[in-house]
Amino acid sequence: MSRSLVVPAIALLFTVIVLVDFVMGIGVLWYLYAVLQILMVPFELMTTATAPMVAVLGGWKWIVYLALLCVGGYGFRAVGQRLTKNRPFYRDMPFSVALGYVFAATLIVVVLLNYSRSFSTLGGMPDSYFFFRSALHFLVLSSVAAVLFRQFGCMVGTASTRKLFRQMPATASFGILIIICYAIAAIFAPMIAPHGQETIFPRANIIPLVPEAMGGDPAFPLGTDQIGRDILSRLIYGAQNTVGIAFVTTVLAFFLGVTGGFLAAVLRGWVDQVLSRLVDVLMAIPALIFSLLLITAASSLFSGTGLTWAMIVIIAVIDSTRVFRLSRAVGMNIVVMDYIEASRLRGEGVGYMIFREILPNATAPLLAEFGLRFCFVFLTIAALSFLGLGIQPPLADWGTMVKDLGQFVNYAAFLPQYAMLPLLPAGAIALLTVAVNFVVDWMLQRSSGLKE
Amino acid sequence: MHPVLRITLQRLALGVLTLVIVSFVIFAAVNLLPGDFAQAILGQGATPEAVEAIRNDIGLNDPFWIRYFDWLGALVSGDLGVSYSQMMFATGMGGEDIQLIPITEQIAPRFYNTMFLAGLTAIIAVPISLAVGVLAALYRGSAFDRIANITTLSSISSPEFFLAYVLTLFLAVQWQILPSLASVTPEMPLFERIYTALLPALTLTLVVTAHMMRMTRAAIINLLASPYIEMARLKGISPIQVIVKHALPNALAPIINVVALNLAYLVTGVVVVEVVFAYPGIGNLFVDAVRSRDIPVVQICCLIFASAYVLLNLTADILSILSNPRLRHPK
Repeated sequence: MSRSLVVPAIALLFTVIVLVDFVMGIGVLWYLYAVLQILMVPFELMTTATAPMVAVLGGWKWIVYLALLCVGGYGFRAVGQRLTKNRPFYRDMPFSVALGYVFAATLIVVVLLNYSRSFSTLGGMPDSYFFFRSALHFLVLSSVAAVLFRQFGCMVGTASTRKLFRQMPATASFGILIIICYAIAAIFAPMIAPHGQETIFPRANIIPLVPEAMGGDPAFPLGTDQIGRDILSRLIYGAQNTVGIAFVTTVLAFFLGVTGGFLAAVLRGWVDQVLSRLVDVLMAIPALIFSLLLITAASSLFSGTGLTWAMIVIIAVIDSTRVFRLSRAVGMNIVVMDYIEASRLRGEGVGYMIFREILPNATAPLLAEFGLRFCFVFLTIAALSFLGLGIQPPLADWGTMVKDLGQFVNYAAFLPQYAMLPLLPAGAIALLTVAVNFVVDWMLQRSSGLKE
Repeated sequence: MHPVLRITLQRLALGVLTLVIVSFVIFAAVNLLPGDFAQAILGQGATPEAVEAIRNDIGLNDPFWIRYFDWLGALVSGDLGVSYSQMMFATGMGGEDIQLIPITEQIAPRFYNTMFLAGLTAIIAVPISLAVGVLAALYRGSAFDRIANITTLSSISSPEFFLAYVLTLFLAVQWQILPSLASVTPEMPLFERIYTALLPALTLTLVVTAHMMRMTRAAIINLLASPYIEMARLKGISPIQVIVKHALPNALAPIINVVALNLAYLVTGVVVVEVVFAYPGIGNLFVDAVRSRDIPVVQICCLIFASAYVLLNLTADILSILSNPRLRHPK
């Protein structure tokens, strides 16, 4: 490309940047406005419930709110400076930070206000604050549980585990706590669950979480689904099936990927070339799309449980390509070390070098990758099951449950207990992946010493 | 030849090669496996003669390579064939003279719908995530950064359908601001179209924003640690000036990369979200075709998704080469 072509190209690029900046300005305003709108909606449930979004967009009150917020931020800083006689904290505070403090304070006040209101409507029929209250309870309880768990970890165990817990952020201890709970539910599912996962009871659609007079049943605390299966039991068995299958798939993917990656790193030459190009080709197609394609092909051969097994193998192969990339890179770094050279000179075989020399030195990155890979596999399987193409009935599985219970969302306005049903399995999936991600985040930060 | 032009041409050639290989993989994955799709078209009660006739009709009896090149040739000339469900309909009606709707006509409006959804998502998500990412990088370690970190990590980890149902629950059912079913039609005016498609777009925005924000934050932090930024600070210019004049021009390449990678991520996210909201796009068609084992449709949809993915990655590659001053001005 000649110089004369490059200049207009750069000019074009900068025009794009200016445009993006302009849109970004509008975007930030729009975002603030949307947040404010959402905050204010509970106060004006009556008007927004009747008028659709057009009416909401027409309101100009958000400018007043924004102005109030700005005045609040300015006032907060000024008062702080006066009261503390210009302490550096207030003196050097940028306006945006002051704005942030006032915004956060407003947020907390709105949340507390809504929480106190939520009890006054309890007598009425539709409990419109049900989700708000449940979410807040869950948030507070889980934070308390995480902190308590960390304290517990600081007191028992050996000196090294105590030190580990002392340095752990609350998010990581929350993650570990959740993972332990899921593991217990998955392993002891038949003992914990009150009923079987496939047992069909005569009464379908029992309303969850309400007394018997309102259509509930104490024997089925979370109610029954459309054909009369106990939802609580299916949720617990779901931990066994969904998490178990995702775990098996991840282990298989790791076995394939790590073996291939280390072989490529040790043998180099044509083995490396062939494997790497193969992986490049497989990675050119997005994972979910490719697995859907392969499942179409497999569905003409298998059905029922056979299809579930086929799905496990398909997802393991697709995900092993990502593992291959990482383990090859890690292996390449280790292979050039002197101790590998020494073992080569001793005349050790490929198997010895992979399992006794490379693997022990690659555990930290591989462990973190295992956590992340598990999340991806888990989410892919859940998405496939949600589409009806993953884990096949009669196994209870969270993705399929979300699909089956999905229509209950439409009851949210007058029977929020019903609307909660599809959110339970979906939330169970989200909670586990969040927990694993928290733990992996902490592990990565610890091992790499990322202090920023 | 100028090195930028050379590298760009190399990447383009590589991209075309990748597309050809991807088309081969897609064709081979479905066609090399045993299993009789002629039987699938006609159903269980078909006579062997009818199955054989259909096999000859679709060309299932030809050797694999001939079928592949036939398919590829037809694709290039814009003929995507006829779906099995259309053929089943035709054989069910028992006539040769029934007008078959080709896949091209089935896909074209849906392709436009999917592009519309992805575009709407990008318009909302890109500015928000870049702004939040830069802010989080500037105030890293603050309460804002930590809250942004926890929120984005949670929304990345949640499956798309969880976010979709939560948004439906609040925005569509409880507060009734938005429609819960995104059934757009071709004759809708633009504003109504945006309004109808806003809920799926918001769901996708949540997922994509989280990814994009984290990647932007990492890129900016990486940049702010470099010596010339420190030099600019030591010179005493204001933080805004440091960002706008020194950091942003150099952050261009990573930011372009981040945006393109996440638009590529949209390609997969769109499938589940379209199904949740019954949005008439390619993702929905794809899942329906997979369920009914409609091989021609599955192949085409898969190819469209894969090409979008490959092309976006290619664009990111080329744009970041173009925005790299070291490549533009070789010594």
